[in-house]
Amino acid sequence: MSDELADLYQEVVLDHSKRPRNFGPLEGETHHAEGLNPLCGDRITVHVRLDGGRVAAARFEGSGCAISKASASVMTGVVKGKTPAEIDALFERFHALVTEGPRLGDDDALGKLAVFGGVHDYPTRVKCASLAWHALRQALKGAAAPVSTE
Amino acid sequence: MTSRALDERETAARPIARRDTAPARAGYDVEAIRAQFPILARPVRGKPLAYLDNAATSQKPRAVIDAIRRYYEEDNANVHRGVHLLSERATRAQEAARVKVARFLGTDDPHEVIFVRGTTEAVNLVAQTFGRQRVGPGDEILVTCLEHHSNIVPWQLLCQEKGAALKVVPISDAGDLELDALDRLLGPRTRLLAVTQVSNALGTVTPIAEIIERAHARGVPVLVDGAQGAPHLGFDVGRAGADFYAFSGHKIYGPTGIGVLWGRRALLEEMPPWQGGGDMILSVSFEKTTFNALPYKFEAGTPHIAGAVGLGAALDWVGEVGLEAIAAHERAILDTAAAALAEVPELRIIGAPRERAGAISFLLGDVHPHDAGTILDRHGVAVRAGHHCAQPLLARLGLSATLRASFAAYSTPREIEQLVRALHAVREIFA
Repeated sequence: MSDELADLYQEVVLDHSKRPRNFGPLEGETHHAEGLNPLCGDRITVHVRLDGGRVAAARFEGSGCAISKASASVMTGVVKGKTPAEIDALFERFHALVTEGPRLGDDDALGKLAVFGGVHDYPTRVKCASLAWHALRQALKGAAAPVSTE
Repeated sequence: MTSRALDERETAARPIARRDTAPARAGYDVEAIRAQFPILARPVRGKPLAYLDNAATSQKPRAVIDAIRRYYEEDNANVHRGVHLLSERATRAQEAARVKVARFLGTDDPHEVIFVRGTTEAVNLVAQTFGRQRVGPGDEILVTCLEHHSNIVPWQLLCQEKGAALKVVPISDAGDLELDALDRLLGPRTRLLAVTQVSNALGTVTPIAEIIERAHARGVPVLVDGAQGAPHLGFDVGRAGADFYAFSGHKIYGPTGIGVLWGRRALLEEMPPWQGGGDMILSVSFEKTTFNALPYKFEAGTPHIAGAVGLGAALDWVGEVGLEAIAAHERAILDTAAAALAEVPELRIIGAPRERAGAISFLLGDVHPHDAGTILDRHGVAVRAGHHCAQPLLARLGLSATLRASFAAYSTPREIEQLVRALHAVREIFA
């Protein structure tokens, strides 16, 4: 495998795509939204339970490529305990990672999300990595309409 | 080239090569053909390019690139307007291209050839003129499950506007049209059948002559989407008896932004104009406009003259190589590809139509096509991964995306080997 491919499909990414965590419906959900990537037809629904202004649990369902599934899997883990504002800030940092590439301090700021550092070499795959995030943020806004990556 | 006096050079000097002058398959020199396509020599991702996305768009031979450049360098002016020499030459160049298209389609009447942006625009033109004139509440438009979105959505819009119904000819699991169902669906309210000649997603070749015959037996006119059919099979509008035929220049070695709607003269004459503007009128006053004759009635505004010239050069090129020879070469490549792909473990070819042309769709285990496509790209292999703008077809097959390899006159067994090697790399990563 070339280095760039190895950066994209890191072991952690492949593992999350094959055995996604937090996959399935969420009992007692307070918010949910569907993310749609019209380019490839991928759909991911994110379910959230907000409690005291923080995410108590997040799960996802749907189908997608390895990158979008792994991203949803990792994301639903790391957002636990965070407020919507903290999630927005985290997404901004994550978006910078997948569009521009890794920078100093990512490991601290992004934690597990840093495994998506290889995505920036693949501009066509940025939407795959962001799909679940768009759905999550749409869910937290309480909007019912599906959100599209376009 | 510019040493000759401007007015001595005949724009349409090159003879129109006939399709039936195809050389024998044995004489097909694919390397000589490849050498005419500058882009094929360019490495991609540091690898030789295996361009297997021809159903999306074909590459362009030097002859086409040169014709466009020559037009802009030597002939450029607006058409049908100026009395000056360059305008005359631009007009002559465009009309020569129209004649070439007519010949390609097996007709002597270039007035039935309307230049449009591509197949999509051709279908929309028919929907918005013929369709709006003839379709009313309770009427039906018949399409098939194999259609590209561009031969579905314009009809859906028309049906919504008119209170008409869109009916769909189903397919078998193999990916062939159900002709018995076609007979049942062709009813007294069917105003048009819109059907593809070749499926862009599966490569299915539809039995187009038989379909047209069955539709005509019920008095239903037929629009044939030739976007995929024209480059691989060609189409003889007289022999097949279609009422409308649409194809895109860029899929048959020509430039983007130019395509053709061919229509039966009697139908075109009855149809109202589509867009209003210059060139499509005979005279205009604020009270009344008299429309121009065919084909200009449907060509409002300054047309894509260079595009038409490029398309003409592309059809010349196809004629010189010979469409039959190209088709035979592509059939051999398709057979090679099908056999090689079948050897890849866990690879599943989608559909098993009676006849296939140009393209083959497949899945590799449970690897998502986009992941596979990304990895193939890093190995220099360009394929399409996704729904191929045929979401209803993929939904019918229980899929949301496939990988598609599609071929052209310059495709080689070496490219298929490169594809297969790259697929093994995909399997390694996702093992």
